[in-house]
Amino acid sequence: MGRFNIKKHDTFIDMTPMSDVMVLLLTFFMLTSTFVKKEPVKVNTPGSVSEIKIPDRNILTILVEQNGKIYMTMDRKGDLMSTLESISERYGLTFSRQEIHEFGELSAFSVPIEQLSALLQLPADRREGYMSSEANKGIPCDSTDNQFKDWVQCAKEVNPSLKIAIKADAQTPYKVIKNIMNSLQDIKENRYNLFTSLRKVEPVD
Amino acid sequence: MITKQKKKVVRVDFTPMVDMMMLLITFFMLCTSLIKPKTMEISMPSNKDDLNEEQQNKVKASEAITLLFDKDNKIYYYEGIPEINTLKETSYDDNGLRQFLLKRNINAIQKVKKLREKYEASLTGDAFQEKQAKSKFDKEVEKIRGEKGVPNVIIKGVDEGTYENLIRCLDEMQICDIGKYVIVPIDDFDKDMIAYYKEHGNAAPAE
Repeated sequence: MGRFNIKKHDTFIDMTPMSDVMVLLLTFFMLTSTFVKKEPVKVNTPGSVSEIKIPDRNILTILVEQNGKIYMTMDRKGDLMSTLESISERYGLTFSRQEIHEFGELSAFSVPIEQLSALLQLPADRREGYMSSEANKGIPCDSTDNQFKDWVQCAKEVNPSLKIAIKADAQTPYKVIKNIMNSLQDIKENRYNLFTSLRKVEPVD
Repeated sequence: MITKQKKKVVRVDFTPMVDMMMLLITFFMLCTSLIKPKTMEISMPSNKDDLNEEQQNKVKASEAITLLFDKDNKIYYYEGIPEINTLKETSYDDNGLRQFLLKRNINAIQKVKKLREKYEASLTGDAFQEKQAKSKFDKEVEKIRGEKGVPNVIIKGVDEGTYENLIRCLDEMQICDIGKYVIVPIDDFDKDMIAYYKEHGNAAPAE
C-alpha cells in the first residue's frame, strides 16, 4: 500500500540578524542615556536659547515648586550627610548617626530644620507625602527666617567646588526667585546656573 | 580513499536571546532620559563689594534701558531717567521687545554676526581645532557684548511676575548680544509708573 509521504516543512526562523539589531539598539541606549533621577516634584522649566549643558557632578540643585516651596538636593550622598552635621552645629541640634544616614538617602528635602528629625523618623515611603503636604512650608527663605541661606553656606563649606543650580517652575512667582537670588547674593554666591529647557529662536539679522 | 564526513547543521536558536534583549531595551528606554537639561549661567553683582557698587552706579547712568515685567505677562520699558509718563508697553514676542533691542544694539549684533560667519566657515572638522576656535569665538563675542555703545539694561520685576518672565528677559539679552545687564529690585517709583500707565497711558501728568 502506498503512503503519502508528507514533506515536513522546517519552520525554523533564523533569529541571528534580529539579535544583532537588538544588541546595537541596546548599546546605543546604554551609551547615550543617563538615568532619570527621581525628583519629588514635577517642575516645568522655562524655555531658553541657552545651550550650556549642566555639569555632571558636584551640583547643589535648588528645586522650586510652582507654589514657591523650596527643595534642595545634592548629587553626592556624603556631601548631604556632612552638610547636615555642619548645619546641626549651627542650629544647636543633634542628629543621631541613624538619622544622618537616612538623610543621605533622601532624594530631596524640603522641611524647616526643626521638623527634619520628625521627617527622618517617618518610614521612607511616607516622607514624600509629608513634604508635599499643605502644612509643610518647605525650607524657609525670607528676611525673618532664612534657613536656606545657611543650608547653602554649609554645603559650600563642606564641598567648595559645589555648583549651585536653580530649577524653578516657569510659573513660580518672581517674589520667591527674588528671595533666593538675594539670599545667594548675601552669601556671595554670585555665579550660578538656572535650569532651562531648549527653545529654538531664529538667529537675528 | 576519501572518507565522507557527515555534515552537521549547527543552528543555534536565538529566540531566547532576542527575548532577553527586548526586556533589557525596554528597561533602558523607560528608566533613562536622553535629553540633558540645559542651563543658563548667570552672574549677579555682589551686594557688599564696593567695586561692584560702582559698577552698579554706572549701569544706572542715563543711557540705560530699564525693563519692567509686570503680572499677566506684561512688559514695559523706558530709556534713561524716567518721568512718570515715559513708560512704554511692549511684548515678549519677536516683534515687541526684540525689535526694540535690536535697533538699539545693531552695531554689536552685526559684529557678532560677522564673527559667527567667519567662525562657522573656519570649522574644519578637527575636534581639537574646533574646540580652540570655539573658545576664541566665545571670548570675542563676550568682548563685543561688553563694548561701549552696547546699551546697559536694568531688569526689574514685580513680585507677581513669574520666573518665566525673568528668563525671557535674560534670553533677550543673549539673543540681542547685550552683555551688560543687572537684575535689581523694583522701587516705588517704578510701581507708580506702571499704575500711571494703566490709568493714563502716556498723557502728560496734570499740573
